[in-house]
Formats: sequence, C-alpha cells, structure tokens
Amino acid sequence: MSKRNNLSLKTGLAAGFLALASTAFYSCDSGSKSTTLPIYGEREPVERVVNGETVVDTIYHQIPDFAFVDQDSQLVTQETVAGKVYVSDFFFTSCPTICPKMKSQMLRVYEAYKDNPNVVLLSHSIDPDHDTVAVLKDYADRLGIETAKWHMLTGDMDSIYDIAKQYLAAVEEDANAEGGFSHSGDFYLIDQQRRIRGHYNGTLEEDVDRLIKDIPLLLSQKEHETK
Amino acid sequence: MRQNKLVMVAMAGFALTTLTQCFTKKKDEGKRLYEQHCQSCHMDDGSGLKGLIPPLANADYLQTHRDALPCIIRHGMDGSIIVNGVEYNKEMPGVDLRADHITNLLNYIQTNFGNNNPRYTLTEVQELLESCPPER
Ligand code: HEC
Repeated sequence: MSKRNNLSLKTGLAAGFLALASTAFYSCDSGSKSTTLPIYGEREPVERVVNGETVVDTIYHQIPDFAFVDQDSQLVTQETVAGKVYVSDFFFTSCPTICPKMKSQMLRVYEAYKDNPNVVLLSHSIDPDHDTVAVLKDYADRLGIETAKWHMLTGDMDSIYDIAKQYLAAVEEDANAEGGFSHSGDFYLIDQQRRIRGHYNGTLEEDVDRLIKDIPLLLSQKEHETK
Repeated sequence: MRQNKLVMVAMAGFALTTLTQCFTKKKDEGKRLYEQHCQSCHMDDGSGLKGLIPPLANADYLQTHRDALPCIIRHGMDGSIIVNGVEYNKEMPGVDLRADHITNLLNYIQTNFGNNNPRYTLTEVQELLESCPPER
C-alpha cells in the first residue's frame, strides 16, 4: 500500500518536473520566435576555407533582379528596394473576387508605414496587358496613394509570372508546415537582402495585423548581417 | 378528447416555430446573398474601397436611384457615377438572381449599413426588372 503511494508520488514529481521543464522550453521558444523571422525557400550550404579551416555558409533563396514600370512610368528595379524592407503582392485592377479586400488590407500597411522611408510596397499586376501605366495611374489615384511608397507594377507578362514564381514557389515549399496551400492573395515580406521572411493572407485582417507587427523585426535587424 | 386538444396545441406550436423560422431565414437570405455576391467588393461594412468602389453604407445613391437598383444588380453597371459627392468609374459585374432574391438582397442593404430606407415588395421588384434597359 505505502509502496504504491510512494510510486505515485515519484511519478507525480517527475510529471511535475517535466511540465515545468516544458513550460520553460516553451516560453524560451516563443521568446526567440518573437524577435526573429524564418527565412523561406531553398537553402544551399556552401563550403569555404578561411585560415585553413572549412566554414559552411548557407545561401538562402533570394528574389532575383527585376525591372518593371510603375503608375508614374518610372522604372522600378532591385535598386528601388535596395537596403529596404518591402511587401509584395499580385493582383489585377479588374479582379472581382479577393483583390478589393487585399487592397483594403494593403492600405492598412501603407498607412502604418507611410512615414518610414525604409518600407516600400510593390503590387504586381498579373494582367499587365490590360493594366497599362494609365490604368494603374487611375487606380492608384483613386486609392489616394503616393507612388514613392506604393508602386503598382506592370511590364512584360512572362517576367511578371517568372518573378511571381520566385515568391510563390519559395513559400509553397513550406506550405505544408502551415497546413495550407499558399494562394495568390498572399502578401510577402522581403528583407533588405531580398529574402522571403514572411507570408500572410492578404484578405485576413488578423494576418495583416501580424505582418504590420513583423516589419519592425526586420527594420531593427541591421544590414550588417551575414551574407 | 383531451388528447386531441394536446395534439392540436403541439401542432400549432410546431407550425408557429416553423413559420418564424421561415421568416428569419428570409431575413438571413439577404445577408447571405450580400456575403456571397457583393461583400468582396463593397466590404463587410458596406464601406467600399476609397475612390474605387462606392460605399453602400449611408449612400445617397440608394435613395436617389432606388428604382434602378434591381436592374443594376442583375445586369451590373459601368460609367461615371457620383455617390455621396465622390466620383466613381469602374465596371461592376451583374449577378443573375431571381426576383425574390433581389428583393431580399435589396431590403437587406436598404435597412443595414446605417441605411433606413423603405423596403421593396416582390411585385415592385418584378415590375422594375421588366423594364431594365437593354443589355449592353
Ligand atoms: C467586382 C466588384 C463589385 C461587386 C462584386 C459588386 N459591386 Fe456594386 N459596384 C461596384 C463598382 C465598381 C460600382 C461603381 C460602378 C460605376 O462606377 O459605374 C458599384 C456600384 C454599386 C451601386 C451603386 C452605387 C452605390 O454605392 O450605391 C450599388 C447599389 C451596388 N454597387 C450594389 C451592389 C450589390 C447589391 C452587389 C452584389 C449583388 C454588388 N454591388 C457587387 C463594384 C462591385
């Protein structure tokens, strides 16, 4: 009888200890999560020899160079976003389904970072033949946005679809982790080195709240990061 | 005899609940149709999108163009319009809904989002739909 009691006391203690340890672990984990964002996409280890020792560097997926035209007929390239954090998405002006929601949510990001020159928004039209500079200009004017902060992009159809793959494909790899399929209503958060650091459902207010909170994490992370 | 009475009461009660349920369903139908066909553009609260999509919330257009609304829903609209003093010019697609659905949908809009306008009857909507301008 007493032996039994003893045993249950032991297991009880052990369980208690485990619970304590796991909470410690958990809080530690969530603590680190709130200060750094994951890096999405394929990564490649590259070996390099420094002072006779082999060091392994990781090359992360990076959005390649690009060249599109915005609502003011200005060329927008990787230079436009150099050293900045940017949010990108894909839409078209005549889209009847999710785009108006996405744009109303992107407007919230715009309002939140209107006065911060280190944050830029890029919205790519996936219907560039219809969405000419003039059409995008009208759309942007009616949204009441400033071009320098929010570029609406048009250009060569193939180039736009190619760059879309660079954002989408990199995220889709990771999509099973989230249990969802990444759809075209997503907003992508890109860091100063053009690496994908987050993706958010651009039609969901809570997700866009998360995006607005994540941006400062990249802004505080200075450019001196390892390449 | 007594048992019969009881059955009657039960049946009346049953009929009453189904009837009220029917009414609430009808009331919900306008909301459901709005969510299904209109909300993506005019937003959850009917506020629209800046200068791109006009608001339904407190929109003067709903009063000034009351008779045109059934046809606008069914056939869509385009061209420049003024709503609450702001100019809009973008195509809205039509949705081919039945007259009773359009009635419920319009009554939902006319009495929500801060609007407090008279409701439509089914006959009224049917008549208005008959005289829609020729389709583009
Ligand atoms: C694809 C986006 C879109 C959808 C979906 C849509 N609308 Fe519209 N709606 C518009 C646009 C854009 C205008 C302005 C049309 C113009 O400029 O001529 C408009 C105008 C209106 C107007 C007149 C102006 C006003 O704000 O009072 C009403 C009423 C209206 N819509 C109701 C509806 C209803 C009801 C539905 C659902 C059956 C609906 N709309 C679905 C985009 C949309």
